[in-house]
Amino acid sequence: MGSFEYLRITGLSYGFSYHDFVLEGVNLSIPRGRFVSLVGPSGSGKTTLLKLLCGIYEPWNGDIEYISNDCDSIFYYPSVGYVPQIETIDWNFPVSVQEVIAMGSWNYKSYLPWIDKKLKNQIKDVLKILGLSGYEKRHIRALSGGEQQRVFLGRALIKNPDILILDEPTTGLDYVSREKIFDILKNLNNNGMTVILSTHDITHIANRSPWVICFNKYVIAEGPPQDVLKEDNLLKTYGLSDYKIK
Amino acid sequence: MIDPLLPFEYEFFIKGLVVSVLLGGICGLAGVYIILRGLSYVGHGLSHAAFGGAIVGNIVGINYYIGAIIWSYLASFVIYEISKKNTIKPDAAIGLVTTAIFAFGVLLVSMTNKYTRNFESLLFGNILAITEQDLYIIVSVTMISAVFFFLLHKRLVFSFFDNESAKISGIKTSHIELLFSFVLATIIIVSMSSVGVTLLASVIVGPAISARMLSNNFSNVVFLSIIIGSIASFSGMYASFFLDSSSGPTIVMFITLGFGITALYALFKKIYHSHSHGGISHSHPHLHTDEHRHEHKHS
Repeated sequence: MGSFEYLRITGLSYGFSYHDFVLEGVNLSIPRGRFVSLVGPSGSGKTTLLKLLCGIYEPWNGDIEYISNDCDSIFYYPSVGYVPQIETIDWNFPVSVQEVIAMGSWNYKSYLPWIDKKLKNQIKDVLKILGLSGYEKRHIRALSGGEQQRVFLGRALIKNPDILILDEPTTGLDYVSREKIFDILKNLNNNGMTVILSTHDITHIANRSPWVICFNKYVIAEGPPQDVLKEDNLLKTYGLSDYKIK
Repeated sequence: MIDPLLPFEYEFFIKGLVVSVLLGGICGLAGVYIILRGLSYVGHGLSHAAFGGAIVGNIVGINYYIGAIIWSYLASFVIYEISKKNTIKPDAAIGLVTTAIFAFGVLLVSMTNKYTRNFESLLFGNILAITEQDLYIIVSVTMISAVFFFLLHKRLVFSFFDNESAKISGIKTSHIELLFSFVLATIIIVSMSSVGVTLLASVIVGPAISARMLSNNFSNVVFLSIIIGSIASFSGMYASFFLDSSSGPTIVMFITLGFGITALYALFKKIYHSHSHGGISHSHPHLHTDEHRHEHKHS
């Protein structure tokens, strides 16, 4: 079994009702180690695309292929860490920071209901990376928005994924919290992790990303932000005409 | 003078007490997962479906348990299928499906007029009429359900907390949820003859919501819910002997009392919060909703 080399999407279409496509013929290639920001308005299909990449939805048409460096491994599927929009979370659910992060490893392995010592140590390491050391026992509701977002990032990181997928990780956060999240993601990317995120935040996050994809049902433009975040692309993506890149 | 040990001289009482404590505990355990899945109404609904099944089973001449199991598993499956796309909320699906299945059972009774078993005990519960066979079934179901929750705890919690992320993580959430529904239906069926269809919702939801008010830690909530469910069932059963009342409603009254006490305790804890700062540990009344500051005057 090889390691992840690149992601190839060809002719991808998807929708929630017939005659109403959310995605139409998406073609995209994302190599290993790229930091990608997917920008587009609400309803443009960003979240749907990310969920298709994670395998939550099945494509109507087209293919999503994860290519490994080992050509023989036909059934290769990389380890994917997913950070959902935190607006969908029930903050009254009785779970601690430690339990939320541990969930990232609660798949096939252990059937015992407690968190073992090895995993506790791994969680400590992840919390250190996220700047949340000592937060293990805190209830998730007792955290700020930025801290909550970092906890969910921690859950995705606990199994050290090949690809990290984040759905609107900076929505609703203040400037400092957004910066913290972005710095953590940059560090992870510098260490070789592929990062794919969706954002509305074209003035801050997308502008600082090394690779931007303007998206509205299909890929309108992609490349470094200085080449992509231009008036004609933004007009096609958002219908904006007065946006100027700073 | 009343002898407090008098009830324990009767075998039927001891048998009833064992059953009520076991059911109080297992319903308390299942109740935590039920309220966190947002299925508080499921106990009420599935018990009605099982009741319909028991009647149909009786009419066609099969065992009461088999009829109830077929009907309630069918109801669980239909509820699961209707609500899995998230277009219809589970509580709405429960309301529709279980009532329809219950109504079908009642319709059959009214058409055939075949009414051999005492179904009143299923409606209101009769823990003292528990047979040896019922006891073995209740003990077996309690043990199997406890093992189920023990082994699948992590997967259940992750699925209920964040279903999509659980799927991405490799958990077969649809299998887990369907299995959970079947285990739940089984617990409800065995509880029906003791507590009764009309009273079961309280036994399932009461201890869990009481425990939830006392802790934010999942394991503690589970532990407290089992304890509250067992103690309330024991107390209700014990009190019913001296009050000469029906055991099911008395147990429900004790569960409600437990809820009242925990609600008051939670309110008291919120107002009269013990804390320490500046090296001084103390407590005084205040609403502890947000961060607050106050100074101490040192003489």
